[in-house]
Amino acid sequence: MSDLQQLYQQVILDHAKQRYGNRPLLGGTGIDRSPQFGSSHQVNPTCGDEITVEAEIDPGTGALTVRWDGQGCSISMASASVLTEIAEDTGPEGFAAAEAAFHTLMHSRGQGEADEDVLGDAAAFQGVSKFPARIKCALLSWMALKDALAQAHAAGGDHA
Amino acid sequence: MLSAAEVQRIRNDFPILAREVGGSPLVYLDSGATAQKPQCVIDAELDFYAHRNSAVHRGAHSLAVEATDAFESGRTAVADFVGAGIREIVWTKNATEALNVVALGLAHAAAGLGGPEAQRYRIGPGDSIVVTEMEHHANLIPWQQLARLTGARLRHLPLTDDGHLELGDLEEIVDTTTKVLAFTHASNVLGTINPVERLVARAREVGALTVLDACQSVPHLPVDLAALDVDFAAFSGHKMLGPTGIGVLYGRAELLDTLPPVLTGGSMITTVDMESAEFMPAPQRFEAGTQPVAQVAGLGAAVGYLSETGMADVAAHEAEIAGILVEGIDRVPGVRRIGPDASAARIASVAFDVEGVHAHDVGQVLDDAGIAVRVGHHCAQPLHRRYGLTATTRASASVYTTAEDCERFLTALAGVRPFFGVS
Ligand SMILES: Cc1ncc(COP(=O)(O)O)c(C=O)c1O
Repeated sequence: MSDLQQLYQQVILDHAKQRYGNRPLLGGTGIDRSPQFGSSHQVNPTCGDEITVEAEIDPGTGALTVRWDGQGCSISMASASVLTEIAEDTGPEGFAAAEAAFHTLMHSRGQGEADEDVLGDAAAFQGVSKFPARIKCALLSWMALKDALAQAHAAGGDHA
Repeated sequence: MLSAAEVQRIRNDFPILAREVGGSPLVYLDSGATAQKPQCVIDAELDFYAHRNSAVHRGAHSLAVEATDAFESGRTAVADFVGAGIREIVWTKNATEALNVVALGLAHAAAGLGGPEAQRYRIGPGDSIVVTEMEHHANLIPWQQLARLTGARLRHLPLTDDGHLELGDLEEIVDTTTKVLAFTHASNVLGTINPVERLVARAREVGALTVLDACQSVPHLPVDLAALDVDFAAFSGHKMLGPTGIGVLYGRAELLDTLPPVLTGGSMITTVDMESAEFMPAPQRFEAGTQPVAQVAGLGAAVGYLSETGMADVAAHEAEIAGILVEGIDRVPGVRRIGPDASAARIASVAFDVEGVHAHDVGQVLDDAGIAVRVGHHCAQPLHRRYGLTATTRASASVYTTAEDCERFLTALAGVRPFFGVS
C-alpha cells in the first residue's frame, strides 16, 4: 500500500461519507436535555475547519450520546464519526482509554502499533501519523469530545 | 515573452526545482505563498556572511563600511525596482509588519504622538477606514485594530460574483469621512488585479491616505509605485524570489518623515535624554534595532535577477500560465473556480473548490504526485465566506512555472474526485 492509500483507508473513506453522529445539535435549541451535558467547539486555524461536539449523559443509565456537526476534510469528518461510535459503544471510560491510545498513535510518526481492541475503527488512522500536517485534522473532534465530556461531568457533579 | 528555452534556463537557476517529492519531480505551484530562490540569492546571503558580515551604520572599521554598502545598495536596488526614492524604502520583517507599522503609526498619531506634523494623520470617531472584502488578513486585521483603538468605523468594498471589486457604491463607501483606503493590488486568492488608478483617484478626492498591499503584484508585474501615486505600499521579499525575514514598507517621503514610528530603540534616534528622544528622518526612523542585513543583500540579488529577466517578460509569461491554469481547471468536471476569467487582468493565482472533496484532501492527493499547492483559506476568510466556502485549493505560479507543470497538475486534479469515489 502506498502512503496515500494507507492514509485514506477504505474504513476512513466510508466513515467520511456515512458520518455517524453527525446530526442536529441540542445546544441552544431549547429541547430538553440531560443536566449532564457538555458542548465544545474546536477550530483548526490553518484551514478554518471547525466542529462542535456535544456529549449528553443519561443520569439514569449513564449512557452517553454524542452529537456533532462541522465541516472539514475527510480525515476530520471520518475521525468524528469513528469517535462517536467508540464513545457510544464503550461509554466515557472506554472513550478515555481510546482517546489516550489515539493520541499516542497520532504522535507516533508512523511507527505506532494500533491496538484494535481499544481503538476499533480508529486503528485505521495509523497512516495519518505519517502526515504531520494531518494529525490536527484527526485529533480535532477528539479534543472536542474530551472537553465536552469534562463539562458534562462537571455539570452533573460527577468528580470521577 | 520568455521562450520555453529561456524558462528552462531560468529553472536551472533554482536548485530546489531539481528535487523530487515522493519519487516524482517537484511541481511547485505554491509561489503565491512563498517563491523559490535562485542560486544568486542564496549566494548573496552566503557571500555576505562569508566575507562582509558586520554591523551597519555603526562603527568605522572596514567591514562595517562594506556591510553598510551592501545594506544600502540593497535599498537602492529595491527602490529602483518599484519606482521609489531610496528614502522611501523602509525595511521590515515582512509585508505584515509593514502594514502594521502604518496602521499603528496612525494610531500613535491619534494618541497625540509625533507632534504637530503628525496631526494630519489624526483619525477618530466619525472617521472611516475602508478596506476590501478580498484582503489578506494582513491588510485587514491591522485596520480592525486601528478602528478599535481610535473609534473610527471600518467599512469595505464588496466583491462581485466573478471576483472583482464591486465599485458601484465606491463614492458612497469612500466618502468625506474616509481617512484611509487600504486595498490589495492583486488578490492572492482570486488573482484579480484591482483598478488602482480609479481607487486612488477617489481617495484623493476625499483626502484619504491610500495603502497598497503590493505583495502579489511586485513579484509578478512591472510596478511603479510613484506612477500609481499611492501613499504607502507593502511587499515581502520571500514572495519575489528573495529571502524570508525581509519586507518593505514604501511611503511617500514627506509622509514617512512625519508618521510616528511604532518600533523604537537603537539606530533610529538623533538625541536621547532620560525623558525623551528625537527621531531620525525616514527611512532610519522606522528601522529600530539591528537589521536583517544578509536578507537585504539577498533581496538585492533577487530584484537584480528579476530586472535582468525583465518584468514585462515575467508578466507576459505568467499571464500565459494563468490562461493555461484557468482554462484547464474550468475543464475539470466537478471543479468550481473562483475569480476572474483568463481574459481579465489577473495574476497566475487560481483558487478552486472540488465538489465533494475537501481542499485538504485535494492537496494530499496532489502532493502524492509531487505537486505542491496551497490549501485552506489562504489568510482570506472573509473572501471565502463571500463565496460560500471555508477552504479552497490554490495553484499559483512564478517565473519558473512551465506549461508542463500545469499539465501535470491538471492531470492529477482530474484524478481527485475518482480517487475519493465522488462523481
Ligand atoms: C496579498 C498578500 N498580502 C499580505 C501577505 C502577507 O505577507 P507576509 O506573510 O510575508 O507578511 C500575503 C502573503 O501571504 C499576501 O499574499
